[in-house]
Amino acid sequence: MHIVVLVKAVPIVGNERLLDGQRVDRGSGLEANGNDEYVLETALKLTETHGGDVTLLTMGPAGAAEALRKGLAMGAARAVHVIDDAFGGSCARATAEVLAAALRTLTFDLVFAGADTSDGQGGTLAASIATRLDLPYLSYAGHVEPTADGAGVRIHRLSAVGHDVLEAPMPALVMGTQVLGEPRYPSLRGIMGARSKEIVTRSLADLGIDPSRVGADAATTRVLGVSPPPPRAGATVLRTDPDAAVAATIDFLAARGLV
Amino acid sequence: MTIRLSDEQRDLRDAVRVLADERIAPRAAAIDATGEFPWDVVELLAHHDILALPFPVEHGGLGGDLLSTCLAVEQVSRACATSGLIVAVQSLGSLPLLLAGTPEQQARWFPDLAAGRALAAFALTESEAGSDARAVRTTAHSDGDGWRIDGAKRFISQGNVARVVTVFAVTDPEPEAVRQHRHLTCFVVEQGAPGFSTARIEHKMGIRGSPTAELLFEGVSVPDANRVGEVGEGFAIAMRTLDRSRPGIAAQAVGIAQGALEASARYAANRRQFGRPIGEHQMITAMLADMASRTEAARQLLYAACVEVEAGSPAASRWSAMCKLVAGDTAMAVTTDAVQVFGGYGYITEYPVERMMRDAKITQLYEGTQQIQRLVIGRDVLEHGG
Repeated sequence: MHIVVLVKAVPIVGNERLLDGQRVDRGSGLEANGNDEYVLETALKLTETHGGDVTLLTMGPAGAAEALRKGLAMGAARAVHVIDDAFGGSCARATAEVLAAALRTLTFDLVFAGADTSDGQGGTLAASIATRLDLPYLSYAGHVEPTADGAGVRIHRLSAVGHDVLEAPMPALVMGTQVLGEPRYPSLRGIMGARSKEIVTRSLADLGIDPSRVGADAATTRVLGVSPPPPRAGATVLRTDPDAAVAATIDFLAARGLV
Repeated sequence: MTIRLSDEQRDLRDAVRVLADERIAPRAAAIDATGEFPWDVVELLAHHDILALPFPVEHGGLGGDLLSTCLAVEQVSRACATSGLIVAVQSLGSLPLLLAGTPEQQARWFPDLAAGRALAAFALTESEAGSDARAVRTTAHSDGDGWRIDGAKRFISQGNVARVVTVFAVTDPEPEAVRQHRHLTCFVVEQGAPGFSTARIEHKMGIRGSPTAELLFEGVSVPDANRVGEVGEGFAIAMRTLDRSRPGIAAQAVGIAQGALEASARYAANRRQFGRPIGEHQMITAMLADMASRTEAARQLLYAACVEVEAGSPAASRWSAMCKLVAGDTAMAVTTDAVQVFGGYGYITEYPVERMMRDAKITQLYEGTQQIQRLVIGRDVLEHGG
């Protein structure tokens, strides 16, 4: 199975900085998006069991190479880094267009994507790419396996009462979250083996993309403002006897239509 | 020259650090208290390919350079000096083969050593030949197609648990050969060889989980295929080995110092006396500052020495001796100050710093005492006018 895993390099969680109070600073201090590491782990396990290999694909600035290196150290075979100054400030629509174009240059049985990113949290990219490439879209996978005949993929999706089973022929796109299971620490062998693995770069021109379709000027969404959450208001503390406290709690919930 | 770790070296250092913190640190106190050799740590280090670092890729190793090995020793030693020594000794015992072994010898022993299925040890020192390594008395007599080794070695780290022991013996006792340092030859003796036994294990002040053995050789037969390097090349191989292994001990020392510094910083931030954390009382602040500065200085010298030795500098012996000298003295000073920062609590075994202080002392003694390091450096200073 040849699996392409989409990876986004995001600011290290907790260390996010804003440029001009609006745009995320991606100059340095980037790490692989959390959900992406979980789907990468699943991809690695699948190819270790069923054969094949994993290719990482990212669209990002130079600092994104750090996330690629870690993915290679975990066991991916190679990486494709789509990088161009023109991409800066691209919206979700442009990002999907670029990644879809990159995927058209690769051969794969499966594309894996995380549900959303810790910085953007839009959560539209995976579905958007699947639509552009006309791929079956299997979302919120908690478990992934090939079908018995090897021509398709089957996922389990957690539901309120257990899980649903979805199947589709390959090639297909699978989206997942941390429900898939903890990613491995890169081994020393992996870390030192990563240096001999290929990272191919692709520019706007390499992918044949019209420059007017990407970048801040072409964005179809605009950030109006960013602010931290307001400080929490004081809580109501009940220090009465248990019966009175229960009555007061029920009144509180009823007043908000919660019981 | 400036030292910046490559991305790969940083990742390696961080990966070992996580492993040391999560899996080795919790074992450190027990290893010291019981004096047991931690086979579980050997397995952990083997499983995570840390023991594979110095060996060639073709034999299952990671092909790491000297700095990479020292980064691993440093991070493990931060948590446990005995465990850090396992990594250092695997390299030390194998260095004669790395430096002078034939392709056949390397193919024979490296796969097991890299995989951690076998441990290595370096047997040069004797009761009457410590600093004066030239005074070795263990002999190797030509015996048919092979050699017969007779004698005893003392203070051999992991000598009783190693499967592959590199042994230095006299093959030419003539005064002229001794004068020219051509009297020794290096051999591999494997555990289990008839006549090869452990006479005793020492009880020590520190690194108590590391077995320090007296080894006996009573008519031990080895084939000529076990001879490492040329006849008479033993002393030169030993000296070239020490140039590469002394940084490993410096790395252990820097790691011990760093562990003590971190423990002290945490303690000083939490322990309150006279209404504030003791770290805010200036005499403690000053101690912490000195501990941090000295540790960083020792670390930078170590990294620079690794780069120089790896690059084949003609001053390799001087770099190696300097980094070991500074790191050993730093570890002793920093751990002594660490006990001081902890006050009375630093003296009791419930807190880790008294163990770190006991562990630090050995770094001023083995792989060449500080006095020997000063002789090596001083000679070079005089020869080069600085």
